Amino acid sequence: MRVVIAEDHALLRYGLIRLLQAFDFEVVAAVDNGPALLPALLEHKPDVAVIDVRLPPTFTDEGLQAAIAARTEIPGLPILMLSQHVQTLYARELLSTPHGGVGYLLKDRVSNVDEFVESVRRIAAGGTAMDHEVIAQLLARREPLAVLTPREREVLGEMAEGRSNAAIAAKLRITEKAVSKHINNILTKLDMPPSDDDNRRVLAVLAYLDA
Amino acid sequence: MLDGSTTIGLAATNIPLLLLSVLALGLTPVPYLGLALVLWTTKLVRLRTDLERRRASRTGVLVPRPYHPAPQRAIPGGWRYFRWTVTDAATWRDLAWLVPGAIVGLGLGTITILLPLYGLAALALPVRRFDAHFARLFLAPTRSADLRLRVTQLTVTRADTVDAQAAELRRIERDLHDGVQARLVSLSMVIGLADKLMDRNPAEAHKLLAEARESSGAALVELRHLVRGIHPPVLAERGLGGAVRALALSLPVPIVVEGDLPGRPDAPVESAAYFAVAEVLTNLIRHSRSRTGSVSLRHADRALTIVVSDDGAGGADPAGGTGLLGIERRLAAFDGTIALSSPPGGPTVITMEVPCALSSPRTMPS
Repeated sequence: MRVVIAEDHALLRYGLIRLLQAFDFEVVAAVDNGPALLPALLEHKPDVAVIDVRLPPTFTDEGLQAAIAARTEIPGLPILMLSQHVQTLYARELLSTPHGGVGYLLKDRVSNVDEFVESVRRIAAGGTAMDHEVIAQLLARREPLAVLTPREREVLGEMAEGRSNAAIAAKLRITEKAVSKHINNILTKLDMPPSDDDNRRVLAVLAYLDA
Repeated sequence: MLDGSTTIGLAATNIPLLLLSVLALGLTPVPYLGLALVLWTTKLVRLRTDLERRRASRTGVLVPRPYHPAPQRAIPGGWRYFRWTVTDAATWRDLAWLVPGAIVGLGLGTITILLPLYGLAALALPVRRFDAHFARLFLAPTRSADLRLRVTQLTVTRADTVDAQAAELRRIERDLHDGVQARLVSLSMVIGLADKLMDRNPAEAHKLLAEARESSGAALVELRHLVRGIHPPVLAERGLGGAVRALALSLPVPIVVEGDLPGRPDAPVESAAYFAVAEVLTNLIRHSRSRTGSVSLRHADRALTIVVSDDGAGGADPAGGTGLLGIERRLAAFDGTIALSSPPGGPTVITMEVPCALSSPRTMPS
């Protein structure tokens, strides 16, 4: 799988390269600044890109801007944004580009290597990976969720983060069948159409939460 | 003798200046010429009164300039300039002084010339002082002008302080974001990878863990540097004297620190003074090629005085670097001042003064 990395901090850039290479990703480009990023994305059209939100020269949100621009040029280009802090605002801007294949995680998450790599693979496959903190912020804002049982809210959170039914089942230590039952209940209670497509379902849930 | 004749000579110029001013004001309605004429005569009058202020100040009677600051982007000779001139009470007080000032000047000048003839030369200075005090009556700012100048100055220093504070916070955020936070992320990534490799490739895992330990050490060092840049722990623990001594020890040039403060200034003043000294010392090492330096700390007359000097080449230009300007702003927030003396050939002496009270060390909260 071919990856483009954008990270200005040398230590982190090499760390990411090494980590992804250890899991058989091919790093086709690793840039350390904003202006070089968009051309690299457009030239290599990678299977997935891992991008720091804040990059030189302005150290604002250049990474995010380049990512959104690239997804406008190449619809559905899979992108994982990494940042030292997460903002629902940025998640919304990222999700506003059509098609799935986006992720937005705290940099801290790279320490859980397996889960991080799994997130990158999922995004490359068109799935999503939203940081727990983003989802927690979204869930906290939504009143109608009172109709859900605590367990259903938990499942909703996991689902919104982008996990598959199997992953949710493993994490909550329940059967996959129980997970899909919870999900059906959630969709009914929130008046959302049922869907077999995991990715589309997640995007619908995110759209619902962010409405 | 000479002094007396100067006084008389200067006093004599008052009368033509007054006549010129009256003429200019009378001609105000004349298009173009009128406004420009008022401007020029006002300039002449101010030259004369400024000279008188300087003469008074030389006898120890301080007479500050009372004028409004000139309007920005106004055309000399234009309407706004004219309005600025005539609405300033100081303009009229200047004119009011011209005649009495001339009379007193002529009188006292004559007395000064005559004094030595009667063997009373010792009285020359008191006479000059009397002259100065008389000038001060008219030429110093009135109470309201004084307050207005103060408000202007406070507005400027407040804006500077707010700017400096915002820049400082931004710097801290940047340092944390690019330094410690990034290092911790990389640390956790390395540990995660090592954990992953522990069974498959123990040798590689060990190498990663050694790297992780190094990285955590580097993060701690960076954090310590950052904390020192925000508020040096030694400043909190030992106060200004101790912190400056600690700083001096860390510099490549031997710096002698003398003087002890009987108590501690308020924390903000202490911090500003510390960073001012740190900045000055850094500049000193960077630019002056000096082999030694000294810092003296003193608190007297309700002001903290810090003198930093070196044995370097001198010739430091206060307008050159932004460093001195930054220190000036830092201190201005507390009505502090900085003065630089750096003749070619050295030595460079920088004197900083901040009015403040000291609290007794025993009542300091620990």
